[in-house]
Amino acid sequence: MAAIETTYRDAVRLALRDAMRDDATVFLIGEEVGLYGGAYGVTKGLIEEFGAERVMDAPISEPAIIGAAIGAAMTGLRPVAELMYVDFAGMVMDQLANQAAKSRYMFGGQIGVPMVLRTQGGTGRSAAAQHSQSLEAWMHHVPGLRLVMPATVNDAYHLLRDALRQPDPVVVIEHKGLYAAKGSLDVEAPDAPWGQPKLRRSGDDLTIITYSRMVLEALEAADQLAADGVSADVIDLRCLNPLDDALLVERVSRTGRAMVVTEAALTGSVASDIAARLQETCFDWLEEPVLRLGGEDIPIPVSPALERGSIPSAALIADVARWLVTREAPAWAA
Amino acid sequence: MTQHARDQERASPPLRNDGPLARYRMMRRIRSFEERVGELFLRGESAGSMLHLSIGEEAVVGLTDAMEEGDTFTTHHRGHGVFIGRGGDPARMMAEIAGKAGGYCRGKGGSMHIADRALGHLGANAIVGGGIPHVVGAGITARNIGAGRISVAFFGDGAMSQGILYESMNMAALWRLPVIFCCINNQYGMGTRVDRSAGRVDFAARAEAFGLHAAKADGADVEAVHARSLQLVQAARAGEPGFLEIDAYRFFGHARMDKSPYRTAEEEAEGRKRDPLAVARARLAETGVASDDDLKAIDVGAAAEMDAALAHAIADSAPPLASMFEDVFDASTCAPEPQSVRLARVLSEARR
Repeated sequence: MAAIETTYRDAVRLALRDAMRDDATVFLIGEEVGLYGGAYGVTKGLIEEFGAERVMDAPISEPAIIGAAIGAAMTGLRPVAELMYVDFAGMVMDQLANQAAKSRYMFGGQIGVPMVLRTQGGTGRSAAAQHSQSLEAWMHHVPGLRLVMPATVNDAYHLLRDALRQPDPVVVIEHKGLYAAKGSLDVEAPDAPWGQPKLRRSGDDLTIITYSRMVLEALEAADQLAADGVSADVIDLRCLNPLDDALLVERVSRTGRAMVVTEAALTGSVASDIAARLQETCFDWLEEPVLRLGGEDIPIPVSPALERGSIPSAALIADVARWLVTREAPAWAA
Repeated sequence: MTQHARDQERASPPLRNDGPLARYRMMRRIRSFEERVGELFLRGESAGSMLHLSIGEEAVVGLTDAMEEGDTFTTHHRGHGVFIGRGGDPARMMAEIAGKAGGYCRGKGGSMHIADRALGHLGANAIVGGGIPHVVGAGITARNIGAGRISVAFFGDGAMSQGILYESMNMAALWRLPVIFCCINNQYGMGTRVDRSAGRVDFAARAEAFGLHAAKADGADVEAVHARSLQLVQAARAGEPGFLEIDAYRFFGHARMDKSPYRTAEEEAEGRKRDPLAVARARLAETGVASDDDLKAIDVGAAAEMDAALAHAIADSAPPLASMFEDVFDASTCAPEPQSVRLARVLSEARR
């Protein structure tokens, strides 16, 4: 089948639709997923096709939504629970971290929880401190959870389809700033296998490693750098767990310079962990320290100007990349 | 009861054990088991001291006995009795409590995380209220693809203060799920008596407010619990969820080390008079269902069975160290990398 041009939002919806058509045990449960069509319109039309028993509008009870999905997964269904905002993770961390993630282990392998938790995070809509966070590190830290964060239209489809084939709980964190993004979707051709990062742009001078919407900023930065004669790798992690870091090690060993970029508050972030792994594994090949670039360690402010300023931009990524390659500090750091 | 029936009764623990005498026997097995869990600890053979005994709460058998094969359930940190009531194997349970390889969870779960998928046990839980919403999900499965199965959440009075219980009750009522919420009210959440944690101690009224069939039964009377349970189970199978409070008394402390300084000896003595085994025993003798000899034989049989379970657990071996990396994820997918493997790779690279 030929690739189609569509949006990130529609790619997620198509993934849900196709999974539900292929597997009668797949069902959706969440706030406003049915008649309303999802807070960001992702599940629009699904209740018409699949009915209210498979597209379940739930009360505003996030812990029990996740808990119900766990029980359904334990007993033979494949739930896709939607947490409207990743910021509501605080409501559900017991069910996610103590129940979904640990059941297989605590019960000696007897009871798996093959559920998907779909949620979205990130800035870009002036949704302020409680609706704009990037909380993937909370999930990343918990053994027993898989975690993926699609950056492209094709991944929005395929990572969700792949997640629905996993025997264990998978958290899929979409980005609210990407729903309207356009791109190409080929339902028969994933960008890369499950667990594999993808080299989105190939360069010689440094390797920029990132994921989710920051992939777009990194690619833009790479364009700016190219104009200055600096050529950068951009690696999209796609899957944070499982993550095969062979590609990272290979590229960073080649360029000797690496930067890890995240939109999340930097302290305790996934980027910090990746950077630590790289300096540990690639130490002998590194020409410069592995640099981290992330969101400021502040709550997300509502003002568009402040919000934009609190997360990495293409310009900032390019500035730091130039330093890595030339050791010439940008004006603001001189 | 015929001699043949008695022999059968003694021969093996049946999953379904209809009848007052069988319920007495099941309660005796639970108590004998719990007594030996205490002994396991005293002998230094238990994995830790977080052992929560359900002595005094054995009338829960009234509900476990009303359930059917294929029904599922979740329990709490004080869930040994419930599981035995649903057919749990005491030897494998005791081995798990001792953290041994032959335990239900291969020594990964222990007393508070026993499960048995084959018997419908979706897991004991050490987070108060943590397992409650899972029966809502099991109820959705039963509704969407099931064959008349129900799912029952067992929890203590402490969970009556957890929000997730009410979220779950609301969902069960809203979606008419085949679910029962069973509160085994032993009067204490750790050291806090119910009247020190609830503004109004009428738990059934709370469930009723959500639209559930609600009942309260005397936890000293397993037959009363059973009668109520039969009604609730029948309604649940028809998509009318229910709530049952079993009004019991926790005979001993919260966990093995707890000497209950927060309650008086007089109160304990009074509470222990509400003994479901003593009540059942007296009634069975009075009504001529069983002779004193019959009852003694049951008691002796249970003691022997649990002695064997205890010996089995002590003799079982510890799990192999490498098994700690198993079951984090399904074995068909990539497992966590042991630290030694990662470090060996880094260190050998550096030697290059």
